[in-house]
Amino acid sequence: MANPIEAYVNGLRETRWWRSVFRSGSGATNLHRSLAVQQNIFMHLFSVKMRRAALNFNVTWYLGTLSLTTFIILVATGIPLMLYYHPSVPQAYADMKDLQFVVSAGVFLRNLHRWSAHAMVLLVFAHMFKVFYRGAYRPPREFNWVIGVALLLVTLFLSYTGYLLPWDQLAFWAITVGSNILSAVPVLGQKIRFLMLGGNTVNANALLRFYVLHCVILPLIAFLFIGIHFWRIRKDGGLYTGRSKSNE
Amino acid sequence: MSEPKKFSAALDSDSRRTPGRVAFVTRRTSPYVKAKDDALVMTWPETLFRAAVAVEALGIVLVLLALFWDAPLEGLADPMQTPNPAKAPWYFLGLQELLHYFPPVIAGVLIPGMVVAALIVIPYFDINVEAEGVWLRDRARRLRIAIIAVGALTIALLLLQVWAILTPTVVVAGFMFLAAATPESPGKFHRWLVSKPLSFWIMTWFLIQATVLTTIGTFFRGAGWAWVWPWRG
Repeated sequence: MANPIEAYVNGLRETRWWRSVFRSGSGATNLHRSLAVQQNIFMHLFSVKMRRAALNFNVTWYLGTLSLTTFIILVATGIPLMLYYHPSVPQAYADMKDLQFVVSAGVFLRNLHRWSAHAMVLLVFAHMFKVFYRGAYRPPREFNWVIGVALLLVTLFLSYTGYLLPWDQLAFWAITVGSNILSAVPVLGQKIRFLMLGGNTVNANALLRFYVLHCVILPLIAFLFIGIHFWRIRKDGGLYTGRSKSNE
Repeated sequence: MSEPKKFSAALDSDSRRTPGRVAFVTRRTSPYVKAKDDALVMTWPETLFRAAVAVEALGIVLVLLALFWDAPLEGLADPMQTPNPAKAPWYFLGLQELLHYFPPVIAGVLIPGMVVAALIVIPYFDINVEAEGVWLRDRARRLRIAIIAVGALTIALLLLQVWAILTPTVVVAGFMFLAAATPESPGKFHRWLVSKPLSFWIMTWFLIQATVLTTIGTFFRGAGWAWVWPWRG
């Protein structure tokens, strides 16, 4: 206890107030370390122990963790962006200009949101290929792979709906090109496109629909599926670490 | 005959009648049994500390990107003024490139639909789950099927003159047939190729194909979707 800061923190952790917040208590024993995971609502999806081999960088390249990181950054930057944004034509574009010239750190906020979105699409794809090439999709993890494919589609759709929101030429025509592909679906193509856009062209209705999808519906679906995805990792026997030697 | 058995095996869900259960775990059936002897570490702090480092490293990279590189913002959306070329977001440019070669119902609906369906069923095919080199068993018959499939695809792509798809197909198929031709080669790379199952070859083909098409759509397409060299203005 030579370090006064460490001594102070350790003392703080013994106070009644601290103990009322963190139910597990504190200490360097394995019991306390187990409780720190098990008794924490955010951590209790993890098991209290993991295979050492699963922590090896080459096993996962941490791509799942990094995908989640981008998602958290996107929520954290997306909510402040919503405070400065009206999903209406042409106010949406004026709000982009306000972010650029009026709002403090508005440019940074938008930049971080956009680059994180691109990074998330890349990382989720990379995660999928890494899982495939390791063979981690094999039973009993097959359904978690399917949830992963659903999460990939949700990620793409999240990024796609967000793409329209700045309401500039880039956004408008990218969504027009993308939604035209939908019309090629036999029989139902025009109807699906009409349902998605709220009209026959990309207009103010489409902006509102994409806004609601982007800020409410798709993030909720993503939250739900990410929760199931993590829970299934544990239920299916933890991170896949390759075949153990005893099996050969 | 021998005397009657002293026990009987039965399935029963009535816990009052049969309170005790016995489970027989046979060899090679349970991953939990296989992993029993692996070394364990505490999730806190070992795992969570590493995860925090990964989160912070990526966070720093993204913050630096956001500080020094501005997100694009063009003029106000104008339905009357179509830019040339009008491009979808980058992750759909592979699809847009496909639309350049094939009719929309094939490139925009059939192919992406088949890709999603194929991704979903991957873990449900025993041939994927087996993880055995594709040429290690039944080689002659599999080789015949592969030659017919790759041959038909190559001829179709040649007739349609779709070089962007033909080239990766020929390259991946070339490595696959290399593995098939000399399964007993001593080379390390060769042995690695031979050990690869069919699913590896298909996924690798898809990965290279998607990368090539997306790259072409992003950097090599200009006005009227004509070919341009990105380093020339």
